[in-house]
Amino acid sequence: MPIYRAELHVHTVLSPCAGVEMIPPVLVQKALAMGINLIAITDHNTTANIGAVMKAAKGTDLTVLPGMELQTREEVHVLCLFDGLEQAEAWQRRVDACFGEIQNDVEIFGEQFVVDATGDLIHREPRLLITNVDISLEEAVAGVNALGGIVIPAHVERRAYGLMAVLGFASPIFEALEISSHVTVKDVCQRFPDISNFPLLQSGDVHYPDGFIGVMEFEMAAPTISEIRKAIHAEGDRKMRIISAN
Amino acid sequence: MTLQELITKLNLAVLTAPLDFNTVTPQGGYASDLLSCVIAGVQPGNIWVTLQAHMNVVAVAALRDISAVILTENAQPETVVIEKANEQNVILLSTSESSYQIVGKLWELGIK
Repeated sequence: MPIYRAELHVHTVLSPCAGVEMIPPVLVQKALAMGINLIAITDHNTTANIGAVMKAAKGTDLTVLPGMELQTREEVHVLCLFDGLEQAEAWQRRVDACFGEIQNDVEIFGEQFVVDATGDLIHREPRLLITNVDISLEEAVAGVNALGGIVIPAHVERRAYGLMAVLGFASPIFEALEISSHVTVKDVCQRFPDISNFPLLQSGDVHYPDGFIGVMEFEMAAPTISEIRKAIHAEGDRKMRIISAN
Repeated sequence: MTLQELITKLNLAVLTAPLDFNTVTPQGGYASDLLSCVIAGVQPGNIWVTLQAHMNVVAVAALRDISAVILTENAQPETVVIEKANEQNVILLSTSESSYQIVGKLWELGIK
């Protein structure tokens, strides 16, 4: 069974909190240099830079899954991962219909650049991307699953926007949870005993080129959502593990 | 009522750089821990009561010209958050009391 080293939570220069270095060729190069061959692009509430990253990764060993880090009505961040751009864009249309009307203030939050595959600026996203979308956690799971995707709550232990800190419990509607790079599974499970019942993923929540950690290893037939799902649930010889010292 | 009077009467700790709080007069207030609600609902000049203490609290306070933020239940921002607040001229205050108690006291002091 092939093995994939994965980083399933990667921001681009479109996320206001990400570095301006996070352009498609740089992040493709950085991922490959770390031995990572599967990434998901997950900007805040937007999918607009994914096509550019996919293009930049063409011809390399890197598979790019389209995704989004959705900020739900509850102010919780969840990764929404998809197989294809079409599904991600369908999800974007749903998100756009529930978007707030606050404009980004570059001085305060940072730039939000939509770029091409080389990293050249196409336009600035005027809406503030780090804001609640009027979609609940349950609606997100139902909507993303219906498009063949999967929802994984992000950095669940973090005080800001983390499922456990904000909501206080992990609902069984989730198939897996993500923890931050700077914590250990043991510590997080001690703090929040509820989450030891869930398969856990760890990621770098990559905002800068040196943020890749690549500690997720998936043993699965292909880099697809259905295979990731099987690996999460340890079905049919598929496996998932965190390979760090944590 | 000036911010200095509020700080004294409510026994608030000042987390950001000291300045002449007699020149600041909060107009009304807003209480919520959901940043999106604050962005939508707070008025410029309001005092904001929350137990959130992360970086985006500073961003929202700067964006909406909030007069001061009272962090409740001893919520302790990291040093980088305090530095950012100083940079953005956001005033961060702290108390061990709950948001409920602080809002009640602000109301009694005439911040309505």
